[in-house]
Amino acid sequence: MTDTMPSNAELEAIRPPRSQWWDVWDQFKTHKGALLGAGFFVLVILAVVAGPFLWHIDPTYIDIRARNQGPSLAHPFGTDQLGRDTFARMLAGGRVSVAVGVTAMLLSLVLGTAVGVLAGYFKRLDGPLMRLTDLFLALPLLPLLLVIIMLFRDTLRAAFGPEGGIFILIVFVIGITSWMQTARIVRGDVLALKEREFVLAARSIGTPPRRMIRRHILPNVLSPIMVSATLGIANAIITESALSFLGLGFPSDFPTWGRLLFDATDYLQQYPERVLWPGLAISLTVLSVNYIGDGLRDALDPRIRGR
Amino acid sequence: MFNYTIRRLALAVPTLLFISLIIFLVVTLAPSDPTANLPLSIPSEVRQQIREALGLGEPVHIRYLLWLEQFFWNEPRHLLEEAFGWNLGAGDEPRILSWQTRSPVVDLILERLPQTLWVVGSAYVVGVLIALPIGIISAYRQYSWFDQLGTFISMIGFSVPTFFTGVLLIVIFSVKLGWFPSIYDTTHKVTDFSSFMFQVRQMVMPVSVLALYNAAQISRFMRASMLDNLNQDYVRTARAKGLTERVVVLIHVLRNSLIPVVTVIALGVPTVFGGAIITEQVFKVNGLGQLLIIAIQGGDVPTVQTLTFIFAVLIVLFNLIADILYGILDPRIRYD
Repeated sequence: MTDTMPSNAELEAIRPPRSQWWDVWDQFKTHKGALLGAGFFVLVILAVVAGPFLWHIDPTYIDIRARNQGPSLAHPFGTDQLGRDTFARMLAGGRVSVAVGVTAMLLSLVLGTAVGVLAGYFKRLDGPLMRLTDLFLALPLLPLLLVIIMLFRDTLRAAFGPEGGIFILIVFVIGITSWMQTARIVRGDVLALKEREFVLAARSIGTPPRRMIRRHILPNVLSPIMVSATLGIANAIITESALSFLGLGFPSDFPTWGRLLFDATDYLQQYPERVLWPGLAISLTVLSVNYIGDGLRDALDPRIRGR
Repeated sequence: MFNYTIRRLALAVPTLLFISLIIFLVVTLAPSDPTANLPLSIPSEVRQQIREALGLGEPVHIRYLLWLEQFFWNEPRHLLEEAFGWNLGAGDEPRILSWQTRSPVVDLILERLPQTLWVVGSAYVVGVLIALPIGIISAYRQYSWFDQLGTFISMIGFSVPTFFTGVLLIVIFSVKLGWFPSIYDTTHKVTDFSSFMFQVRQMVMPVSVLALYNAAQISRFMRASMLDNLNQDYVRTARAKGLTERVVVLIHVLRNSLIPVVTVIALGVPTVFGGAIITEQVFKVNGLGQLLIIAIQGGDVPTVQTLTFIFAVLIVLFNLIADILYGILDPRIRYD
């Protein structure tokens, strides 16, 4: 589930029957940045999923005698002020950050696609849904996110446990505040699709709207959805880190990349290298995802493909 | 044009009301208690009285309307009276008070506003000034090494979060090299040349962090918009007339490509205020963003509500400005 973006194209590419995905993959391969980004992103996914099974040090294990150490064989990234292994914490933190990114992206994608398809396909819903999208675009997102998290944190924490509650809250707020761009793009594409002959043909043989959308509309708006999926992951990872960095994300004993960066800034004067690992991890992951999006946009555009 | 402006204004008012309602409801319906931070020795009846004194006993819609009246009618009058010494009859009316400092929220905001405006404003101006030439050259020499480099830097600009670039700059330039102070001193007064230089030095890092972020996005828009126009027929006509390349690009193409970019720049202003929350936190600038964070951590509902709503007002205002600018610059939009 986690590595949908790159491997979807790859998986499709291994089997020859659908030639469209071969073309997409061929075009994708020519974009060096995208290829590199996809490789790095797969590596990050593998590291955070399988890493904790291979690297046996518990990220919460406190070894006070080994605190504030530099990089060594036992601790490749050093240890923090309580002697916890930074490498193990990076792996555990990456797991949360990537999980938040992917789930929040899925939520915003489902919302955005639903709103976009409904608004584009049903004329009656177009006006109200697009006004709603405009209203959401006019909300001050970061302040509102901070306010919502501050106010609802304790209730959800009580209901779903300290980590689960915050996870649900963060995924939910990021998801419901980032669907607007997807909705707009999808609506535009659906409006254009509706004028095409094959839609008219399908309607004239009496296809009901539900099957119309599933069989004819959704497969054809897949490419903008995939591109906005990559942008959505990048956006969600940055937002989650920003919230953790402002001290309003996950609890302090629960590492995420943003939280690790936030904790490291307290020791900026003594151990400046400590901010490097989480910062680099966030930046490179987001950069690679953005490059994948760039490559996908080119690869999925039939006008550019094969040029 | 007048009709167009009126239509846009009429759309802005319901938007603003809707946003105010959302902000009000989010803050009001949240299960947080303003008396939670008071000492435990206070008996529960007294707590109830405190809550009622804060206006929490009324039904929700009454409180919403009262808040709107306070925000749109009472506070502006107070502000005008203080600024110009007029008498508008607002003298005795209650103000929106911060629960933390017991002073009017508007006064707190006015105290913090100059720092934010200085840092954010200059960062935005610098960002735009960098972005426009980069966008123009990238588009004119598409796929050249300059374009590739520009694409790469702007990719980095919006992939690397500002809280990492800020911290990285602090590590390099304050901790290792010691060139710039890592904490922004807002009590600093510019009196002579050396204090002016100090002010410049402490502004370099926050401004460059925000400027990089803004320039990355605006230069992309500028490039795309230039590319759209460079292949148009009127450009060929201009060249065929024998105009110099300079005139063709910098006058004919640039002016037409700036139309969408100007609106993007206007739309970006309020998001910069939001994004500055993080930068202010990194460099310890005590501006609006930091006020918001402190108020959120202290559960200071009136301050949070007012600040969030001011951010929303800024967004709606600049949306309006962008729409009207677009209408002025592109006559086709007006007769839609």
